[in-house]
Order: sequence, then structure tokens, then C-alpha cells
Amino acid sequence: MAKSAKDESAKAPTGKAAPEDLLGFYERMLLIRRFEERAGQLYGMGLIGGFCHLYIGQEAVVVGMQAAIEQGDQVITAYRDHGHMLSCGMDPRGVMAELTGRIGGYSKGKGGSMHMFSREKDFFGGHGIVGAQVPIGTGLAFSNRYRENGRVCLTYFGDGAANQGQVYESFNMASLWKLPVVYVIENNQYAMGTAIARSSSETHLHRRGVSFNIPGEEVDGMDVETVLDAGRGAVAHAREGKGPIILEMMTYRYRGHSMSDPAKYRTREEVQDIREKRDPIDHLREKLIARKIATEADFKALDKKIKEQVARAVEFAQESPEPPAEELWRDVYRA
Amino acid sequence: MPTDILMPALSPTMEEGTISKWLVGEGDSVKAGDVIAEIETDKATMEMEAVDEGTLARILVPAGTENVKVNTPIATLTGEGETVPQRTNGGGTKAPPKRDDKPTPAPQQAAPAPQPAKVAADPDIPPGTEYVTITVREALREAMAEEMRRDDTVFLMGEEVAQYQGAYKISQGLLEEFGDRRVIDTPITEQGFAGLGVGAAFGGLRPIVEFMTFNFAMQAIDQIINSAGKTLYMSGGQMGCPIVFRGPNGAAARVAAQHSQNYASWYAHVPGLKVIAPYFASDAKGLLKAAIRDPNPVIFLENEICYGRSFPVPKLEDHVLPIGKARVVREGRHVTLVSFSITMGITLEAADALAGEGIEAEVIDLRTLRPLDTETVIESMKKTNRIVTIEEGWPVCGIASEIAAVVTEQAFDFLDAPPMRVTGKDVPMPYAANLEKLALPALDEVIAAAKAVCYR
Repeated sequence: MAKSAKDESAKAPTGKAAPEDLLGFYERMLLIRRFEERAGQLYGMGLIGGFCHLYIGQEAVVVGMQAAIEQGDQVITAYRDHGHMLSCGMDPRGVMAELTGRIGGYSKGKGGSMHMFSREKDFFGGHGIVGAQVPIGTGLAFSNRYRENGRVCLTYFGDGAANQGQVYESFNMASLWKLPVVYVIENNQYAMGTAIARSSSETHLHRRGVSFNIPGEEVDGMDVETVLDAGRGAVAHAREGKGPIILEMMTYRYRGHSMSDPAKYRTREEVQDIREKRDPIDHLREKLIARKIATEADFKALDKKIKEQVARAVEFAQESPEPPAEELWRDVYRA
Repeated sequence: MPTDILMPALSPTMEEGTISKWLVGEGDSVKAGDVIAEIETDKATMEMEAVDEGTLARILVPAGTENVKVNTPIATLTGEGETVPQRTNGGGTKAPPKRDDKPTPAPQQAAPAPQPAKVAADPDIPPGTEYVTITVREALREAMAEEMRRDDTVFLMGEEVAQYQGAYKISQGLLEEFGDRRVIDTPITEQGFAGLGVGAAFGGLRPIVEFMTFNFAMQAIDQIINSAGKTLYMSGGQMGCPIVFRGPNGAAARVAAQHSQNYASWYAHVPGLKVIAPYFASDAKGLLKAAIRDPNPVIFLENEICYGRSFPVPKLEDHVLPIGKARVVREGRHVTLVSFSITMGITLEAADALAGEGIEAEVIDLRTLRPLDTETVIESMKKTNRIVTIEEGWPVCGIASEIAAVVTEQAFDFLDAPPMRVTGKDVPMPYAANLEKLALPALDEVIAAAKAVCYR
């Protein structure tokens, strides 16, 4: 459960997930997983090119946090972003078609896996440079305060980005100006191939805001209910004008950093152990059964539904044409 | 022995200043460190301290005198028992010249910019428009203030822009008019506030991000290029980034290599950015207003040395100029001289000098570097058949190189001589005054290049 880096930080009101919400969370987490598995397959088939960073294992973080915000709040992250987009309600067909570089993709095939956006769903990317999304998310929060629109920006970054200088430049300004931003650190233990203890002098990343007077909490990022609980508290803190707050989500990615990563920096046993003991989807499924919220039959139906949804996305992503040559010259400038 | 107190240089670019106030009177005794006068520079009002102990025997330049050149004697300090009229040379050495014999330096008019008589009118300004002469600094300030009055989403952020009134006084008075919601002092955190500005632009605002100088923007260049410049394209047209990054670019004076780089060609290289580098105050105002209204990220390159230069600016309710248009500022038929920003000064001087030798130079001010108005350049070159480009930046992959490439590719048959470049030298900027001068493009180099392409 949540540990506070700043004992005196008053915890904002929180709320547990309602039973009826939990099945929805399960469905979204399952969608992300199945989507990512298929993306991995398409990559292997040569249908997706370049870099492709899969989110498998981390699903509880985005699903829990998304449930903690309201419509109109913004989300921004780096390049392991498919889960965030699906969680924001972006169409899996448009996301998959972007991965295959087709005109039906969210960026008309010009952004790819790492650069997708949806103004409609308040998803602000999809950024390829480690840490660069952090000042941008802070700037979105700045625009919220400037317009006094009551919105909060969720700014995600990883344990790797936590060592970028611009993160601390952002922390400083966000705290100085009391900006409505929640920094969600997805600590999946590895910055590409470097284990956190090998890269970070302070491995408890929720403490990284201490010198900026930003409270932080460590959260079990493999448990969607815990994520939601912490997320609601943090979002309320930011929305009430108390300034930024950090949530360090302890999570794990099962796949490599990107598709080309042989993952020699950790053992198969380590990955297997987490899959067996801490998998966020299995974990929620057990809870749903134990609490009698869903039955095996419900899960079967959901499995089928998601499978079909992903199949439609894959089909769309293969059938959507490549962008026409004129697209090469479009969108460099806005008229 | 009585010593002269000289007008001090209080900034790297200060050549003259105003004595706003004397805080001591004739006959007062002063100690080292006492504040004796207030001096107004082009950037700020500064206190002047006595460096020696003694009696302020005579004030040579009264309070209120403007345009007092650096190193002009402004007062005389005497030691114990000394008086000015009865100076003696005690040791038999040569007597110092009697200050009383020298006239007080006469106040001069505002620093004249090297501006020849023949500057053609801007065809984008309606004929018959009245003009008022203001500094480039004032023009930039007016542009920001007017746009901030017009649109509440426009705000200014940067180091020292608010309470300090701007490191170069560009934002003077804006805090008072618009308040701290819209005129925001940032910490010294270039990458952070550049990225924050980009996020604010994505969030629907129109930020003006001031870099104290573009040398410091190198810390932020990833945000400028990758986040501001490329996101519209990467998002398939969804994510516009209406932001202006502005500040002085290029060499100031005697601040050496790390503070004297010209970034014109760096930014002009990047699709997705617009790049503006004005010289005249009218362009500074009209193009900054256009930049603030533009839905794309605009790099607005100013020049510290030019801030204090005065030029006529049209008296128009809303003076906005089109981005992407060069201007023929002087017509001629023998050679085309192309330049932008500070080197327009020597380029126009060169045109004057060349005219004296029978060479009529056509002078083009690029004003915008991206998109580059190659049409105006080529049109002129087709008439003159000769072209020289002058820029302050380094020669390799510079704006002048681009101009040379474009005219060679697109109008080779019209060239009667190889296109030439006059640029800053291919070295980091040296500190020593003589070397710094050598490193910068010089008037005689422009004249020599123009003559060379004319085979004279």
C-alpha cells in the first residue's frame, strides 16, 4: 500500500473502486494485453517496423490511473504508450493502423508506435525522447492553471527518465507555481537494460520530489485497485491547487525494452516468477471470482469479445492503405 | 595628484550612457565603494561607485547629460590637500593636462544606426503612411504589448523578463501592464521552460519564450526541434504548436566563444520551424506580431547590438508583416548583396562605398530565413548576374552557403561570376578585441567580395 515520502502531506480524499467498475478494468487490461501480444506478432511478421515498446505486465497502472481522472484531464507519456492510448479510449484500430504505418492510423502513418496523439481523447503523446514529455506535461498543467479550467495533467515517465535533468527542472517549476500535475513514475525496474540499482543513487523514486517539496507515494502498480486508490488521492491533491504530486508505480514489463531487446540483463526465472505471482490481470481475475463479481462464463465471453476486437484492429491495420505520397509534404506547417 | 573619474562601461555592449543623477556634490569627500552617481545604460540604471578615496573636486558632466561616451572624464577627484586649479607637479614630472581647459563633452543625438539615405520603402506598408523613429528594442516591446492586449492567451516567460524588466529591457513595463499571470519570471532552466512552453502551446496558449540569449537555448534545443518543430507532422496534423522562441542571437561584444554563436543556420535547417531574423525596427515589430499570431513554432532571432539602433516604424494601428518575404532595401544593377540581421549594417555601408566607385549594389534583407524567399533573391541576381551573401555566422552549411547553392541550381546561366560568401570566420569567437574584430565579417570584406564578383 501507499507509503508517503512526506509524512506531513495530508492525504486527499480517496475512494475504492466500485465492484461494477472492476470488471471494466479487467476488460481494459485484457484489451491492452491482447493488443500488445498481437502487435508483437505483427512486428515479427514485418508488418510493424522500427521501434515498438510493449506494455505487457504494466496494464494495471494506466487502467487504474485513467479511472482516477475525469473527462478533459490530460494524459502524456513517452514511447511505451499503446496502453495509455487504449486506456484513454482511443480506437484500437487507429492505434494498430499507426503501428503498421497506414493512413488509418492516428497520425496518418507518419508518427508510428512512439508518436501518436488524440486531441479528442486528451492524449498528448507519445514522445520519443526519454524525459522530454515531462516539461510538456508540466506545460499542459500550466495551461490549465492559466485558464483556470480545473483540469489535471497525468504526466507519465519511467524509472529511466527519472534520471533526466529536465524532470527536475519541471518538478521545480511545477512546485513553485503549484501546477495541477500528477507525475506517475512507472518503475518497471529497468531503464532499457540497466537495473535501477545500477543507474540510480536514490532508488526510491517517489522521494525524488523531496527537495522540491513535492509529496510522493510508492504504489503497488500491479494491483489496479491500489493504483486507483492512490490515483484518486493524487488527482484530488492536484485539482485542489495543492500542486504536483508523485506516484511511483512499482511495476514490471515482461517483454524486452523494445522488440529487438534480447533481455540478457535479467533471468527468465525473474520474469517467470513475477508472471506467476504478481500478474495484474490474473490477480484481478482471482479477486473478481473470490468476490463473486464475475464467473468463468463471464471471463470466457470477455476473452472472446477482446479477441474479436483485436482481430478487427489487426484487420483494419492491414487493410488500411499506406499514406499517399502527398502526405509526405503535409502537416509540416499549419496554414 | 587629482584623478579623473571616467564614464564607465557597464555592459559588454555599452558605448555611451546617461548620467541620470549625481549623488554627491562638488567638495564632498568620498570613500572607495561610495555610490556617487546613477548612470543609465541601454539596459538598466546602474549605480556608480567611487574606486578611490578623496574629494570630489569638480563635476565635469552634469546630471541629465545624455549619450556620454564611455571613458569620457565625468568628474575629478583630489587627494588630501589637493585642489584642482592649483595642481602642481610636485615631482617635476610632466603635468597632467588641465581639465578645466577641456570643454564638457557636448550631448549628442541618439546612437545613429549605420543607415544610408537610400533605403527603399517596404511595399507591404501602404504608401503615405507616417513613420515614427524608435529603437529596435521599443519595436519589439510594442509588438509584444500589442499582441498581449489583443489576445489573452499570449503570455511571456523567461529569465528576468518580469521584475528585473528584462535582461536587455525588451520586456520593460510589461509586468506592470499585464501582471504576473502573463509576464512570468522563470528559474534558470532553459530546457525545462522551453518544454513547459511547448506544453502550454499544446494546451491552447500562445507562449512567447524569451531566451536571455540563444546561446542558452542550446540547452533547450531538443524541446525546440523535437517537441515544438516535429509534433504537428508526427501527429498527422493534430497538434499545432503556436509558440515564439525569441531573444538575442549571435555575437554581442567581448563575451567570447560560448556567448557569441550565431544559430541562424541551425534553426533554418529544421522543417517545422519558421525562422525570422530582422534588422530594421519596422520588421522587428511587424514580424514579431506575425510570429505571435502564427500557428507554428517561430524562432525569432534578435541581435543585442542592434537593440539600441533607431529606425522609422510605420504609425499603423496594426502593423503586421508577412513571414517569408525578403525585401529589396536598395536597388542597384551591378551586384546583389544579400544579408540579414546585424550584417545588414555593413552591407548597406558597403553599398554606399561601392556607389562611390561606380558599382550600384542591390541590397536584399532576407528578414525570414525559413521559409527562405529565394524568389526575390533569384529575381535580383538575374538582373545583376552577381551575388554576394553576408552573414555573421560560420561559413560551413550557413545561410550564405544555401543562397549560393540555390542560385547555382536554379539560375546558373544567369551568373557572371561564382556566388561569394562573406561570413564570420571558421573559429570559436575569441575574446581579445583585435581577434574578435577579425573573426567577424567586416565592411572591407564585403566591398572586396562585391568587387571580386564584378571583376573590379
